[in-house]
Amino acid sequence: MESKELLKKLCEGIGVSAYEDSIFNHITEAFQNLTDEIQIDNLGNIVAKRNGQENTNKIKIMLAAHMDEIGLMVKDIDENGFVKVTSIGGIDPRTLLAQEIIIHGKQDVFGVIGAKPPHLSDQSERSKAFKMEDLTIDIGLTKEDAEKIIEIGDIITIKRDFIELKNNVVAGKALDDRAGIVTMYECAKELLKLKHEADVYFVSTVQEEVGVRGATTSTFKIDPDIGIAIDVGFGATPELPEEDVISMGKGAGITLGGNIHPTLRKHLIEIANEYNISFQHEITPGLTGTDGRAMIITKCGIPTLVISLPLRYMHTSVETIDMNDVKTCAQLLARFIASISSDNLEGLLCY
Amino acid sequence: MLLKRLTEANGVSGNEKEVRQLIIDEIKDYVDDIKVDKIGNVIAFKKGSIDSPRVMIAAHMDEVGLMVTKIESSGLIRFTPVGGIDQRILVSKTVSIGKDNIPGVIGAKPIHLQEPGERSKALTYKQLYIDIGAKSKEQAEEFVKIGDYIAFDSKYTEFGHNLVKAKALDDRVGCSVLIDLIKSDTKLSFYAVFTVMEEVGLVGAGPAAYHVEPEIGIILEGTTCSDVTDVEPHLHSTKLGNGPAISLMDRTTYFDKNLRELIVETAKENDIPYQFRKTIFGGNDSGRIHIAKEGAKTATISVPCRYIHSPISVMNKDDYTNTSKLLKLVIEKIETGGVL
Repeated sequence: MESKELLKKLCEGIGVSAYEDSIFNHITEAFQNLTDEIQIDNLGNIVAKRNGQENTNKIKIMLAAHMDEIGLMVKDIDENGFVKVTSIGGIDPRTLLAQEIIIHGKQDVFGVIGAKPPHLSDQSERSKAFKMEDLTIDIGLTKEDAEKIIEIGDIITIKRDFIELKNNVVAGKALDDRAGIVTMYECAKELLKLKHEADVYFVSTVQEEVGVRGATTSTFKIDPDIGIAIDVGFGATPELPEEDVISMGKGAGITLGGNIHPTLRKHLIEIANEYNISFQHEITPGLTGTDGRAMIITKCGIPTLVISLPLRYMHTSVETIDMNDVKTCAQLLARFIASISSDNLEGLLCY
Repeated sequence: MLLKRLTEANGVSGNEKEVRQLIIDEIKDYVDDIKVDKIGNVIAFKKGSIDSPRVMIAAHMDEVGLMVTKIESSGLIRFTPVGGIDQRILVSKTVSIGKDNIPGVIGAKPIHLQEPGERSKALTYKQLYIDIGAKSKEQAEEFVKIGDYIAFDSKYTEFGHNLVKAKALDDRVGCSVLIDLIKSDTKLSFYAVFTVMEEVGLVGAGPAAYHVEPEIGIILEGTTCSDVTDVEPHLHSTKLGNGPAISLMDRTTYFDKNLRELIVETAKENDIPYQFRKTIFGGNDSGRIHIAKEGAKTATISVPCRYIHSPISVMNKDDYTNTSKLLKLVIEKIETGGVL
């Protein structure tokens, strides 16, 4: 399957944090023929393991990308049948107005997030943003009929088709971090062509957006020698300071900072240079907002790397990503994995 | 379905070509004369079988949207509104640019990098831009140029109890009701006029009325409806499902009392639900039509639309059916010598 095709399936699928199960099949199908064993753990993490060759020392590399997405939840159905919501994960309420949504109740219910008509609001009002509690979902049903199919606690996603822009750039919801999963998929495909000693665990984690919970338990179980979180980083746009962002289409951001194992990172950069794979530096001095922050503190500590795919408009329903970055990032990861052996591992992990 | 085709066609004010062609194709076999005037209005004449006053029934073809103002060196596209759009509805949407419908997205600053307090302020036009995936100005210019029209990206969708979500219900719903009338049997002769550029200042209606010289003008609209939960009931301009909305007055017209009463009587006699449009905000093509040349008696009948001027406007299908029915009966009433 083409990676773009998989990404479209994943992004148009539904997987709000803790409700990821409806995209499980897409992920297991994708990794089926590329890995030796697939398990789903108690929290719902999908662990696809690809065995290494002549791996007598049982070295383990874990890749993690999260499958959950931000979303909304039904908080109340009012007397007129309008629905009030709260957010799951970090959502700017300004990105919600005039969106089409689906409430995942007993059945999927279409609705729109309402705006007061401009004719009725004066100019000063229009310079103020709506707060989450001001937003109302219109599903066109009476309270009585609404309550037959939806209830408080049902999850809500924005209805957004995955679209292709120019230059192999794509846009949609939940590219954070389904693009990371597709990067792992591409990496697994690359590994078919390479010899690697380490067993590789491709982990699609749950509940990253609400506190990196899936990575916590999956890393514990796998107990890898090296953990690599693949997530998205802030793509450059005019309103963001240059030092805070990475550029679209210029390769993955290799994160630098306290969360990151310094000598492993150096090795990763050497691999990128050796194979002429483009990359960028991304600076995060403290803990990253990725699965990496759970990995590093698992058990007695796991040597961790974080790789970020440049992504614009993070946590909106029109996140964009350059598919070329997915491709080069996957190549880099595969070459890195193939370079790790029981002969060099200890040296690479040495401070 | 006609309303689906009409609302999914793009026709931002001044760029009504796609809608105009659709309408012409739809009605040309049902009218006796059809022409496009010098500014793009479609003026059709349907000849009846009786002596008729000069009746003009109008709906506007255009919709609100955006226009490209600048292409940045980064390849991102700046824009300005065409017609009245609340800037707050634009964030995190997909749009369609130019005649080749180049897809683009309007993004926003990630929540993670916002300063405290930033979220309480609406993002303004100056802060927003469209991303089509281009890496540079030169590359963007292969697909987009300054002045290109930009339309919302929104599909006709039925949902809830009898509701429809679409863009441009204001005023494709009026166009659709007028097309229904053209396709029905009427004894009265009338001019069916589909106007341009209503949303940017009632531009098309004046010259069209100058040409038609109506004695009676009926304007068909999709109008504001604010019957939502957080709006006080007395501020509900119209209510969805309560039937066609009949205008009393707005910023541009004091509608003719006798014509209005004729419409109300017709609704009552035929048990068609109706409501008055209970706001004076806004205006429509009547503003130009009723004062063209020697003037005309005008009335406006509207289908209420929630979230008007946004990609997700919502109407009730019963309101549509009742508006269409009422218009037909009003025409029959005028046939029997109703108003003049």
